[in-house]
Amino acid sequence: MTLPLIIYRSLRQHALSTIITAGSIALACGLLMCVWMVKTQSQTAFTQTTTGFDAVLGARGSKLQLVLNAIFHLEASPGNLAWADYEGIKRHPAVKTAIPIAVGDNLRGYRIVGTVPELFEKVEYAPGKKFAVAAGGRLFGGAADAREAVAGAFVARKLGLKVGDTFKPFHGLAFDEKNQHEEVFTVVGVMAATNTPVDRVLWIPIKGVQTMSGHDAKAATDVSAVLIQLRTASAGFMLDMMYNKQGNRLTLAYPVGAIIAELFGKIAWFDQVLTLVAYLVALVAAGSVLASIYNSMNARRRDLAILRALGARRRLIFGAVVAEAACIGALGAVVGFAVYLGLLAGVAEVIRAQTGVVLDVGAKHAVLWVCPLAMVGLCALGGVIPAVKAYRTPVAETLAPVS
Amino acid sequence: MLAVTDLTKSFVSPEGVRGEIVRVREFALAAGEQVALRGESGSGKTTFLHLIAGILAADGGRVTIDGAEMTALGEAGRDQLRAGKLGYVFQTFNLLQGFTVLENVVLGMSFGPRGADRAQAKEVLERVGLGHRLGHFPGQLSTGQQQRVAVARALANRPKLVLADEPTGNLDRKHGREALALIREVCREHGAALLLVSHDEAVLGQFETRRDFAAINEAGQSAGSPRPAASVSR
Repeated sequence: MTLPLIIYRSLRQHALSTIITAGSIALACGLLMCVWMVKTQSQTAFTQTTTGFDAVLGARGSKLQLVLNAIFHLEASPGNLAWADYEGIKRHPAVKTAIPIAVGDNLRGYRIVGTVPELFEKVEYAPGKKFAVAAGGRLFGGAADAREAVAGAFVARKLGLKVGDTFKPFHGLAFDEKNQHEEVFTVVGVMAATNTPVDRVLWIPIKGVQTMSGHDAKAATDVSAVLIQLRTASAGFMLDMMYNKQGNRLTLAYPVGAIIAELFGKIAWFDQVLTLVAYLVALVAAGSVLASIYNSMNARRRDLAILRALGARRRLIFGAVVAEAACIGALGAVVGFAVYLGLLAGVAEVIRAQTGVVLDVGAKHAVLWVCPLAMVGLCALGGVIPAVKAYRTPVAETLAPVS
Repeated sequence: MLAVTDLTKSFVSPEGVRGEIVRVREFALAAGEQVALRGESGSGKTTFLHLIAGILAADGGRVTIDGAEMTALGEAGRDQLRAGKLGYVFQTFNLLQGFTVLENVVLGMSFGPRGADRAQAKEVLERVGLGHRLGHFPGQLSTGQQQRVAVARALANRPKLVLADEPTGNLDRKHGREALALIREVCREHGAALLLVSHDEAVLGQFETRRDFAAINEAGQSAGSPRPAASVSR
């Protein structure tokens, strides 16, 4: 009871510096955990986001650009490919499903993507999960040139779209209110949330994009990319050889996950910088514990001398100061969890809004216990120097009456 | 109870001169005995008490308390012996300002062999008339009440020997008299020996047994002897 009482009273007595120091520890701890989790979670989420497709076929160009455009609905399309190319790959015996998409328009910044109903009927965007339309709606269908649209869950929420609403698309991928098309589309369904980039898209029949007023009439049958499901994994290497090495007109991005992993490989230095910054913040926080306790040592010298005069051993005094530093670290680590959850929720929301990829805020990772423990350890270490000072407090000299 | 033999202590002055502050050939106190030690400020009597209490290590000689030789022990041993057998009442009370009255007394007990005993601490505090102030902090008490807390803390562990260093020095005459009476009375009740040092004749006059520190301390009698910071009232 003695040690906890000494620590508790000391923390209370220096409440302001305790709160400020624990606050800086909390920020450091929360930041460190958040950086780590965003890094690992986003890498996992992005590389696993294939929306059910193994490969993407597109115009000759960057595989990464092709995947970002066709799967994540980011970046510009690298170019078009002819409808015949789509027909060709669709008939290939190694291909299970081929879904064409056409991009080029938006509704207030959210992409309008033309496709075929098979996307929603045949494809599982994740194992065992198919796209579904929320109650009260339906898929576009019937005539290929029907002016109908199905809104992704996120875009519907953001733009307040519901079944029966109408809209006129804007030309291009970036919103410019002066570039509005004349065609009026009617929302016939809102998709159930999939937590994938698909949620950020307004889907219309592919003919709708191809024949939109103002689009190049020569490209009226072109598609932006073809999303492909393969029958076997080995087929991907065969198609890769066929399109990428032997051909020079089209690009096959395969496998989708590996291409995104390459992106993370290219920005690994950024991760390292962030991690380094987070480590430095942690060190500074531990230093602040040292400075805070060390600076208060003069005020505590008399108390420590009194405790020694009452019979407290040097090692108890040493232990009390180190344990107090560790307690500040523990307090900071606990609050750090709240900081972490707040930061991660904010970052996850931004990533979701920008890419449609959803991070698992409740995911578990070793960093979530290693980081708080390391902070407590670092803080305890920061307490060693003031503890040595406390250990060496000369009792008789310190207790000399001052009048 | 207390036996001091050939006890010496010297300090090095800021000028680098080593000077002896305590040289006591023989001093003894029987169990339950109450003795007042007269001495002027700076005469080395606080250092003498610190040596007895093991707060300072002696250069030579022996201090034996209840059969245990303080001067033969290392620092940890001295801490243990002090916590187990000694009570110390300081002139400036030396209460822990961040702790409540009860916690001050409980903490004083916790380093001893019996450990912290809240019931015992409350009992002693009630004995000194502070049963209604257990949750107060020292800063919320009057000077006289603070000294009573210090007395309770010194006696809560049922020590064999109580050392009191100018215990009334910070109190007015009325409160000083009351505090002194309380210390002596509680020591008697607990069967503790009391060694009190003071330069106040009014305090000294209340003791049947009085000793002159200058008469037992052979050191520090020559002019210019350095005094340690611990023994100087500033």
